[in-house]
Amino acid sequence: MSARKYSEILTLGLVMVVVALLLTLFIGPQFLGVGNLQSMAFQLPELGILSLAMMITMLTGGINLSIIASANLTGIVTAMILIRYADPAGTGPGLWVIILLAMLAGLAISTAIGLLNGGLIAWAGVSPILATLGTMILLKGLAIVLTKGYVLSGLPAPVLFLGNGVIAGIPVPMILFALCALVMGVILNRTPMGVRIYMIGSNITACYFSGVNNAAVLLKTYLISGLYSGIAALIMIARFNSAKADYGESYLLLTVLASVLGGTSAAGGFGRVSGLVIALIILQLVASGLNLLRVSAFLTIAMWGAILILVMVANTLVTRYRERRALAY
Amino acid sequence: MKRWLSYHETYVFIVIVLFSAVIAAVNPSFLTLENLFDLLKSYAFLGILSVGVLFVLISGGIDISFTAVATVAMYVMAVLIIHYGGNIAIAFLIAATIGIALELINALIIYYFNIPAIITTIATLNIYYGLLTVFSGGKWIYGLPPWFREFADIRVLTLTNEAGVSYGISIVTVIWFVIMLAAWGVLRYTVLGRSIYAFGGNPGSAERIGINILRLQLFVYGVMGLMAGIAGVVQVLLVQTVAPNSIVGKELDVIAAVVLGGASLFGGTGSLLGTLLGVALIAVMSNGLTLMRVPSYWYDVFIGLIILFSVTISALRRRQRIGRMIIVEGEA
Repeated sequence: MSARKYSEILTLGLVMVVVALLLTLFIGPQFLGVGNLQSMAFQLPELGILSLAMMITMLTGGINLSIIASANLTGIVTAMILIRYADPAGTGPGLWVIILLAMLAGLAISTAIGLLNGGLIAWAGVSPILATLGTMILLKGLAIVLTKGYVLSGLPAPVLFLGNGVIAGIPVPMILFALCALVMGVILNRTPMGVRIYMIGSNITACYFSGVNNAAVLLKTYLISGLYSGIAALIMIARFNSAKADYGESYLLLTVLASVLGGTSAAGGFGRVSGLVIALIILQLVASGLNLLRVSAFLTIAMWGAILILVMVANTLVTRYRERRALAY
Repeated sequence: MKRWLSYHETYVFIVIVLFSAVIAAVNPSFLTLENLFDLLKSYAFLGILSVGVLFVLISGGIDISFTAVATVAMYVMAVLIIHYGGNIAIAFLIAATIGIALELINALIIYYFNIPAIITTIATLNIYYGLLTVFSGGKWIYGLPPWFREFADIRVLTLTNEAGVSYGISIVTVIWFVIMLAAWGVLRYTVLGRSIYAFGGNPGSAERIGINILRLQLFVYGVMGLMAGIAGVVQVLLVQTVAPNSIVGKELDVIAAVVLGGASLFGGTGSLLGTLLGVALIAVMSNGLTLMRVPSYWYDVFIGLIILFSVTISALRRRQRIGRMIIVEGEA
């Protein structure tokens, strides 16, 4: 088992190196230059944190279609509070208190959304697809009602640091992403809650009869998912210096793709944060490379779809091959 | 009476009647034949797609890609009839063929590689839509042939209002209702139709009683493709232009309508009457919001609330039923 995990991470790492080499060959050495590496490090974290939010629900065999809508609503509420109460040119402790409160309000909303999803799924027994589909439409509606479709912009300068700042050469969003990934890794691998999440994904009935409170675990899972989408939202508004009802809609496919590419099983039960991180790096390399090669954004989208299917097909074939070999011995 | 109360459809119907009463009280023009015929025309697109989605949901699957399929079908159809000419039957034939072909690809991937339907179709949605936008350059198509425009204006019943403007039942409405009737017949009276329910209700048992699953999956997604193709043509008939980005993103609205009508994502349940009522509920609500002068951006909030309310109720009822089943088994 541990040999298998090891080989999957190794394969992914190998793919990453090959992709990086191939793209450098096509584009030239500037692909791996400091400038491009740093711009990639600014782009990856939003998608990364959203993918973590998607991955934890997929581990239980569910899915969270509402992460993007949840992130946008969180961003809009935070931005509205900031624009209304914070003086853009202001300084001093008053401004910091307002910023802190605005962010807490945003995170409270995203957590409440997680609670709503979790409650519907865990207590009422609604299927995750339907529950999160419903909340997605509702949240998007609320976002449009709040903004009337306009862009909210002009956030106070200290907030922008969260999305654009650099500490010791490392972009701040990257540091936040690393923290989020670390916390997720600890939750999944070092706590009883993490073990239960994997167990629910593998066999929810067996999990129930081994004395686990399935409803409580599912509730916490969607709560964490909601909270992570909120953190992604804060980075997103800080980076764009604005909030809007329909930012990042193409991210939904990419979060599923990153999770699946990183070894998360769509049926639940398997998947590791380390795999997801390498998958995200691969996706970011390819995205930047295609961008530098001036490939149309829509062709890129089509390609992501094709890659998602190919990865799933490969996973199925490998599993079948393993099962057959296991039977032969 | 008690039997009626056990149907999901009864509740949807009651909600529609209540909504209609409120809307009519605020704005009496809601209850005119003109408004009704207009709704029956403009919701034909959603209605036809919902028939396809119903088939997929009954079989226990899900499809997200059908809006992209419909877009590809209508775009290629429009390009071909403008370039080579033809007639309305050929237009439908082209779109239906493309729709079926693209959905069969979904079915084959889902069947042979055992990939969850939601992931497969999220992927193919992006492939179909991405490639179409690349090849078409995102350009809109205008200037459809005159015979195509004339077909859209055909009415089977024409009335005139006080202002002297004529209105009536559009040919598009007739197409929608013929499709629903045919689908009802297939689901209720054919072996294939019954086996879709059997498969959706319990795939393992269905396989053991000898249902050919590959054939069933191909049929279900084939129907979805056929509906996507026809709906694509209907959409072009309604708006007389083809925009590559006009319907992608609406897939969840259609699924919502079908789910409101009582179909479950667990498969095995759902009816055409329910689906029609689901579409009617969405149509009445959005029309009502307009007639009551509620700003249109509230629309999604209402839809979202209604969906969450409806799925929660049906999940709780399902849970209650399963609980009762366990008690019955225990007693036996």
